[in-house]
Amino acid sequence: MGKPNSRENIFSRLNKAVRTVPAWYPDPSPWEPARLTPKERISQFKELMTAGRSEVYPVKGDEWVAQLKKILHERRINTLTYGPETEIGKVLATEWETNDGSTRLIPWNNTIETFRDELFKIDAGITSTMGGIADGAALILWPTPEEPRLLSLVPPVHFALVRADKIFASFTEAIKKLDWAKKAPTNSLLISGPSRTADIEMILQFGVHGPTDLIVLVVE
Amino acid sequence: MDNQSKFNFKHNVEKGLADSELRSNLKFATNTLRAKRKALFADPEETHALRETGRNIKARVLSRLPKLLGKLEKNCIRNGIRVHWAETTDEANQLVLEIMDKHGAAKMVKGKSMVSEEMHLNSFLEKKGKTPLETDLGEFIIQLNNEPPSHIIVPAVHKNRRQIARIFADKIPGATYTEDVDTLLKTARKILREHYRTAHIGLSGVNFAVAETGTLCLVENEGNGRMCTTVPPVHVALMGLEKVVEKLEDVPPLYRLLCGSATGQRITTYFNMITGPRKKGERDGPTEVHLIILDNGRSKILADGQLQETLRCIRCGTCLNHCPVYTRIGGHAYQSTYPGPIGTILMPQLEGLDKKGALVTASSLCNACEEVCPVMIPIPELIRRLRNEHWDMDKKGVLKGRGSKKSILEALVWKTWKFTCTIPWINRIQLKLMGLSGGFLPEIGPLKAWTSVRTKPVFSKKSLKDLAKKEGIRHG
Amino acid sequence: MKNHSETSKTVYYFGTCLADMVYPQAGMCGIKLLQREGIRVIYPQSQTCCGQPAYNSGFPSEAKEVALTQVRIFSGSSAPVIVPSGSCAGMMKYHYPALFRDDPEYFEVKKFSDRIYELTQYLNSVLHARYEDKGPPIRLTWHSSCHAMREMECTEDSKALIRQLENVEMVEVENEHECCGFGGTFSVKQPEISAAMVHDKAENLRATGTEKFLTGDCGCMMNINGHLEKQRSPMKGQHIAEFILERING
Repeated sequence: MGKPNSRENIFSRLNKAVRTVPAWYPDPSPWEPARLTPKERISQFKELMTAGRSEVYPVKGDEWVAQLKKILHERRINTLTYGPETEIGKVLATEWETNDGSTRLIPWNNTIETFRDELFKIDAGITSTMGGIADGAALILWPTPEEPRLLSLVPPVHFALVRADKIFASFTEAIKKLDWAKKAPTNSLLISGPSRTADIEMILQFGVHGPTDLIVLVVE
Repeated sequence: MDNQSKFNFKHNVEKGLADSELRSNLKFATNTLRAKRKALFADPEETHALRETGRNIKARVLSRLPKLLGKLEKNCIRNGIRVHWAETTDEANQLVLEIMDKHGAAKMVKGKSMVSEEMHLNSFLEKKGKTPLETDLGEFIIQLNNEPPSHIIVPAVHKNRRQIARIFADKIPGATYTEDVDTLLKTARKILREHYRTAHIGLSGVNFAVAETGTLCLVENEGNGRMCTTVPPVHVALMGLEKVVEKLEDVPPLYRLLCGSATGQRITTYFNMITGPRKKGERDGPTEVHLIILDNGRSKILADGQLQETLRCIRCGTCLNHCPVYTRIGGHAYQSTYPGPIGTILMPQLEGLDKKGALVTASSLCNACEEVCPVMIPIPELIRRLRNEHWDMDKKGVLKGRGSKKSILEALVWKTWKFTCTIPWINRIQLKLMGLSGGFLPEIGPLKAWTSVRTKPVFSKKSLKDLAKKEGIRHG
Repeated sequence: MKNHSETSKTVYYFGTCLADMVYPQAGMCGIKLLQREGIRVIYPQSQTCCGQPAYNSGFPSEAKEVALTQVRIFSGSSAPVIVPSGSCAGMMKYHYPALFRDDPEYFEVKKFSDRIYELTQYLNSVLHARYEDKGPPIRLTWHSSCHAMREMECTEDSKALIRQLENVEMVEVENEHECCGFGGTFSVKQPEISAAMVHDKAENLRATGTEKFLTGDCGCMMNINGHLEKQRSPMKGQHIAEFILERING
């Protein structure tokens, strides 16, 4: 598609033009935000996520399930979707088998084409994360076949589990430690809060298209 | 005001200045954005170092541009992204249309893309019977009202709540008038989520395209960008060819500079990195991803050793927020895809000085833009260069439309001025004559413009030279 | 405020064309403030204009001829060249070398540019001038030119000098960082925008509740005063050199 010569024409102009650009330019100095101890990372992560209107709940080990249930109950969330093949998916399935709460658990088993209409009606979604970054702060999400991209976007409430020992100091550090350039999936994300806008009179509003609530369970 | 109708800058300026509601809307918004940026970049030394890093990353990109674009193309194709090249906006529009037609698509949901504005994609698609839908809230508002954006980052910055309430009530069937922002938002949310669910094509811009990995990075707060690039079966990404960066490590500093400069945020809600279409076994994401790389004059800009600095721009819009001219006349007065200081230097280069040359007069060269530019583009210096090419009396210009303001009279004025400033006896006579004229110069030409809001300057009978001589100040 | 150490017993003075044409007193007061510090001031009589008007208007060839004329008038010495204007000083210090970047005269020009100081910068940071206020109590405000602020970075020097005057109360003005709309030929090429800018600047200055503003640049002063006068406002601007000299002489 397109004109057959466009690519060649553009490259021929660029190759000629690029000779006018100084060949040497001082190498960009590496940019590294402040280094932080593991403890500082966690506290800064919590502080900045909260400042960005996310809710952060520190939990110990398996306690996250109880915390999740408590919130689901309190907010009267009717439906929760999840990836059944994931670690957390398995825990949820087992938990719901024995102790069915008022919230209906909906596994995401199919492709979006068959699941789309249902997904747009579900109240909440839950995902795991690759960790978080303290300088920002944000969650790192690497969606997988078992835990698709839209789990964290379409339902109005997004629950996310973060392991406290996976909170990196910065985006730069996460890129290095996770070997992001080589290992990242089709879609990778930083998420720092619920969907927001200030397009009307600079008034900060949440939940314009995606989640209105981001609830982060920090597993220590 | 349509960006494609005839450009009469003087008229636009007068209209913008006369609109007191616009002035107060802009003043409020830009003051807020400036204060937020200042709070984030509070440490001047750290900020300076970060800006230097940003400048160097982008300068290095430009010095390797064809190589990096080749690498980006190779890696995108490897990832399954279909890469298309467009020399002109017409070609880019045609490419989008062909993709839509191939899929029998009628409806397109659009994330914010300045390149699509540059292409006038919406009006092109509408003429072809398609339905392009803006989903960024600001863009959504002004599309309802059939207006172009007036700001790169905050498209509806020129509108206040009452005006937006009026637009919603008038243009959305069934909507009642309300100034409650929450209700307005819910209305938009309901409409837009239905469109995401049913659209055939999603379109987005690209903030950074990483050559080493073939990754498209999108920066946003609302989540509409993620919706547009994830829900519909086909994703089309548009980028200007200068948006490529070398490697992933280049992204964090540029990202911080972009959101810090644009809205004073440390980080945006979403940083969305796309490396390809849905892979086998994945349950969502588009099955096709297309990347259209647009030149539209950029390769020509690169060919000039000075003007090429323009291509470092990361479209943060902070020069608009800090510009005393933009904040008074508003974005529509520029009648251009890119308004404000960046538009002042970019538009004449993209469209020619004959068409957009008037913009280069819209600066007092106060340097506010240069002071905040995250990639240190010397905007005032480039404005001077373009002013020079606009006259092009020495015929050294390179741009389209150079010399379109050629004026023997203006040249004569500056020649005469030069004589009074290089030949001492002429200078002495000039000072003497001015002193004698006192306040009795006729109010014509420049003096008339001056005295419209000021009193006439009174030239002194005695010059500083006279005083210094009288006081016996040594002169050699 | 920048760091400066070298002092010289002799300095040259570039008075600026606006001081020559409209504000000779302000220019003269600058000379006297320097002399008061025991400095010998040389004022070459053949000096004219820094060349900025042509440079900003898109006539760099003419600007360069005028610039080189000034460079040569001040050649033959390495003594500092003091300029009672942030804008003209910025032109000579930073834009001259840029203008001659590719020319054989570059080093000659650069040597000259390295000698440039803005007046209050030299008085405060190099000479460490000390002032005793003999005037009556007064409230006033300060207007900084864009180039004093963003090129010469001498605004803090100017303010430090004013703060030495103990009967003077300096009130901060809102939007201090914003241009007054002069911009040389900008004021006549885009008169409507310029008018809107000077109008807002005057409003901000008046909102300080004072009736006087000080500035280090005659261009801004001519612009703002012209507007205030047209509006019959009692407020008026004065060049900082003139004001300081008045105050310390009582």
